[in-house]
Amino acid sequence: MSERGGGRFVRKVAEKVRRAPEAGDDDLWESVQLARHAERPYTLDYITRMCSDFEEVHGDRLYGDDHAMVAGFGRFHDRPVAFIGQQKGRDTNERTFRNFGMAGPEGYRKAMRVMEIANRLGIPVVTLIDTPGAFPGASAEERGQGGAISRSIQMMWRLDVPTVAVIIGEGSSGGALGLGVADRVLMLENSTYSVISPEGASAILWRDASKARQAAQAFKPTAANCYRWGVVDAVVPEPDGGAHTDHEQAAEILDQYIYRALTDLGAMPPVERRRARRERFRKLGPLRDPEGGMGIATGRETPPPG
Amino acid sequence: MSRVGRNIHVSVDRLRQLAHRDARPRKISADAGTCPKCDSHYSADEMHRNLRVCPACGHHFAVTARERLEQLGEPGGYVELWPELRAADPLQFTDLKPYTERIADAEKSTGLGEAIVCAELEVRHVPAVAAIMDFSYMGGSMGAVVGEKLARACDHAAQKGLPLIVVAASGGARMQEGTLALMQMAKTVIALDALAEARVPVVVVLAHPTTGGVWASFASLGDITYAEPGALIAFSGPRVIEETTREVLPSDFGRAERQLENGQVDAVVDRRELAERIGRVLHILRRPELEGPGAAGSPALQWAQGGAQRAAGAVQSLPRKVMDRIRPGSPDGEDPE
Repeated sequence: MSERGGGRFVRKVAEKVRRAPEAGDDDLWESVQLARHAERPYTLDYITRMCSDFEEVHGDRLYGDDHAMVAGFGRFHDRPVAFIGQQKGRDTNERTFRNFGMAGPEGYRKAMRVMEIANRLGIPVVTLIDTPGAFPGASAEERGQGGAISRSIQMMWRLDVPTVAVIIGEGSSGGALGLGVADRVLMLENSTYSVISPEGASAILWRDASKARQAAQAFKPTAANCYRWGVVDAVVPEPDGGAHTDHEQAAEILDQYIYRALTDLGAMPPVERRRARRERFRKLGPLRDPEGGMGIATGRETPPPG
Repeated sequence: MSRVGRNIHVSVDRLRQLAHRDARPRKISADAGTCPKCDSHYSADEMHRNLRVCPACGHHFAVTARERLEQLGEPGGYVELWPELRAADPLQFTDLKPYTERIADAEKSTGLGEAIVCAELEVRHVPAVAAIMDFSYMGGSMGAVVGEKLARACDHAAQKGLPLIVVAASGGARMQEGTLALMQMAKTVIALDALAEARVPVVVVLAHPTTGGVWASFASLGDITYAEPGALIAFSGPRVIEETTREVLPSDFGRAERQLENGQVDAVVDRRELAERIGRVLHILRRPELEGPGAAGSPALQWAQGGAQRAAGAVQSLPRKVMDRIRPGSPDGEDPE
């Protein structure tokens, strides 16, 4: 798949990302909008294009099947890979069916079930993150939403197999991080990754639901910023105008990035991979430098590479 | 202590207070006030002595991290760890006011460097590492410093072979640190595994409230999990749920007692019994062979070591017996002889 086009295009878009590392306010809001564009490719759009075959599994074997979470095993570059991701819907019916990509505890437990199988069989795990957050509902709380997410984080960290996480659209809150603890974390150019959705932040911090745009500007949740903070390892370019303009090409570029990451990771011994995974997350989060005021003590200062 | 026992304890306290009421000049203190649950009046002193639990109705008030340390350990008998760590402002974040200002205000009003205090202490003679969150510092929110201190507490406890006690009281991840605050959930969950590798237990106490990214990370991964009465324990708070789903929630939604029924916590423990309860469970889980020289003199350890010596023969032979029984071709179990 890596031979079919893409190469020159990838360089072109990467150049664009490099040139505009400091997104202005308008660009920032545009990014937030693009990340949630109704025609943007969703998890299954990528999986069906990247895999020659895909077997979806259902149910957490404890309570039910969560349609906001898709999990299964695919044939990727003639090898088995476990794919897990939140799934959004395109029309009203599908959106309701997929619960707007907001998974409950059953979703995270289904994800963990697939991770456990993959780990046992020595199959790499790829997660595709696209959610406004985990489902906020009384029933989800009763069945342990918090514990399901924390255990999913814990299981991802404990996996011996290579793992890649990709933020493909909206990556908000613990619901996103539940699938986000991987050896390599990639982020599509126009996706967002944040502690909370701009609307949620607006309601909580500004006590005014209409301040979403202002919240987005304060959070700066763009791919370029996440790269600069060290939260993601690479920014995956999108077709001109955004991934929604060309699903085929978007999937092809992502395919190359995932293939490359899995190839690199496959060459590392499992113990070394886990050590690096621990280090990767351990160093995130700058502390105040006792000498230098409020500066950033860690993180990257350079723009993303092509 | 039984329910009856607790009531007696409260009554005695009340009686003593009433007896001294006229004899003593009443101190005016910011902490004196009225219980919002039962309208009874209390003095600051009484409140302190009763571990910030309403002597009349048992309502649990918020406790600062330092007072909590004194409640759990011996008074003043703890050594604080990494008090020097302070938050940075990686996003240059401003909502209604700049984050730097919020940090400065929080430090000034609480006297704390961050929303968590870590310490080494002894709970009922069992040495442990404690990580105590303080809701009065920016809602106990978890930013990089809270994540880092918690991770260091895990490493420190693992290195010394000591159990970890976490008291959670937090609204969740600190919004003002954005995506980097979210990453602290991963950092803390990963750090907990240092304890798993060292084979030492984690006791988590969920105080009011434990929500959001704190509940969805380390706070829900305790080996033993206690909740204080009435504590709200949830990933999404009631307001968010009602706004998103238009559900009408019961008044006890997410409360400790309900979460016990939901299977999310091991017990709801009154604060006046908490130190005793933690000390007891740590004592039960204690493995003297893992403990460092620092703990050698404590009576509890001597007891445990004595017990271990008494049991040494049995402990050493047990695996062999078990192995013999399960080994293929072993006469045990297969041969009726």
